[in-house]
Amino acid sequence: MTVKYTEEHEWLRVEGDLVVVGITEHASEQLGDVVFVELPEIETQVAKGDEICVIESVKAASDILSPLDGEIVEVNESLADNPALVNEDAVGAWFFKIRPTEMSQIDDYMSEDEYKDFIG
Amino acid sequence: MAGESLKRTGLYDLHIELGAKMVPFAGWDMPVQYPMGVLKEHLHTRAAAGLFDVSHMGQVILPMEAVAALETLVPVDVAGLGLNRQRYGMFTNAAGGILDDLMIANKGDHLFLVVNAACAEADIAHMSAHIPGLKVVTDRGLLALQGPQAAAVLERLLPGVAAMRFMDVAEFGWQGATLWVSRSGYTGEDGYEISVPETVVTDFARALLAEPEVAPIGLGARDSLRLEAGLCLYGHDIDITTTPVEADLLWAIQKRRRIEGGFAGADVILGQIERGADRKRMGLRPEGRAPMREGVEIFAGPEGGAPIGRVTSGGFGPSIEAPMAMAYLPADLPQGATVYGEVRGKRLPARIVPMPFHPHSYKR
Repeated sequence: MTVKYTEEHEWLRVEGDLVVVGITEHASEQLGDVVFVELPEIETQVAKGDEICVIESVKAASDILSPLDGEIVEVNESLADNPALVNEDAVGAWFFKIRPTEMSQIDDYMSEDEYKDFIG
Repeated sequence: MAGESLKRTGLYDLHIELGAKMVPFAGWDMPVQYPMGVLKEHLHTRAAAGLFDVSHMGQVILPMEAVAALETLVPVDVAGLGLNRQRYGMFTNAAGGILDDLMIANKGDHLFLVVNAACAEADIAHMSAHIPGLKVVTDRGLLALQGPQAAAVLERLLPGVAAMRFMDVAEFGWQGATLWVSRSGYTGEDGYEISVPETVVTDFARALLAEPEVAPIGLGARDSLRLEAGLCLYGHDIDITTTPVEADLLWAIQKRRRIEGGFAGADVILGQIERGADRKRMGLRPEGRAPMREGVEIFAGPEGGAPIGRVTSGGFGPSIEAPMAMAYLPADLPQGATVYGEVRGKRLPARIVPMPFHPHSYKR
């Protein structure tokens, strides 16, 4: 199972021809308690770098950028109802699934070891 | 703040030991949160007791002879303040704007004032220009113990505090030191603010933290607690552009001062009391879960039109489990009216509601 990490602290997990996206435990710790998540709409065409999700913690609002070009095919509605899931289990709390236009785009991102070095 | 060194309170080393995340605040290096996190710290304070380091705030002593001079600077009835009683007030300017808000206590042979950290220097200069004999207290820290268990906890260390009522002040001895205690706070909860000599402040904080009900609470939760309680944060919800009437703080201007005037900005403020102000600080409950934070513009309708106001404080209320905000809005808008806040380009509905958002539980 391929898992990649972005400098924006997202994790990307390949599932067949889809990529599942969430934020890392490091990111969830930095954000603090998450109180609101705004998810993208299904079937939206997105470009790499687009701001497609909003996470509000007790401290501030931050964006999740689309890590890839493609189409949003599924979102994790349970996060909208229970945003605290992001803090409880960052690795399990996926935000959306994207069907990438080019799966090879994922190769640009960091491996787990590289990400660990990145966050120090 | 670049190039300027941050001041440290007497509890700095304790904050580090407790794992606090420190941030610059009004020139001070202060704990914004501890490992518990803002949300749990907030809920802990509402459920048990939270200990706050507020030593960055300015503590000032005035001679009793200063009452009349102080009354020219604040619209508060200081002369009518009972012995060992405290009152909330604000310094006003000639335009009726608020220079700072503060607490004023009558301690019998002197007045004890607590002012905001960010304004302390300006407040002291302002008072010194009008009041002889002002003394700045530099050898004391200030702690706040807040929450439903605060009285029971503090009674163990300072027998007698439980008999105090909201806004009473008294002195208590602890390990040879004299502590200045008031039954007040900035969370909407019952609790105390305690001025402690620097020499024992860390020991006293440790003694409180050793009690099972007490957890250390940072500035993050202090902000969400005060916002749920509908209390103003200076520099955000009140400043020189807002009058006490616009800020809905009329209750802090007692009857004698309304009749007699004689304070800075009295013509503006008394005029607004008589004729009403055009705008007023109001509470907003956004629908859904998206917070409307400071700076969000408020509109009358879901589309078009110019903004009718702006959020001055906003966030998520852990106890009410919903977003909340304060905004200055046209004074004729009724409670229950729906307005729209523009968040990330979208107009989201919010209802005008009475404050506090979470009920106060003061021991009156």
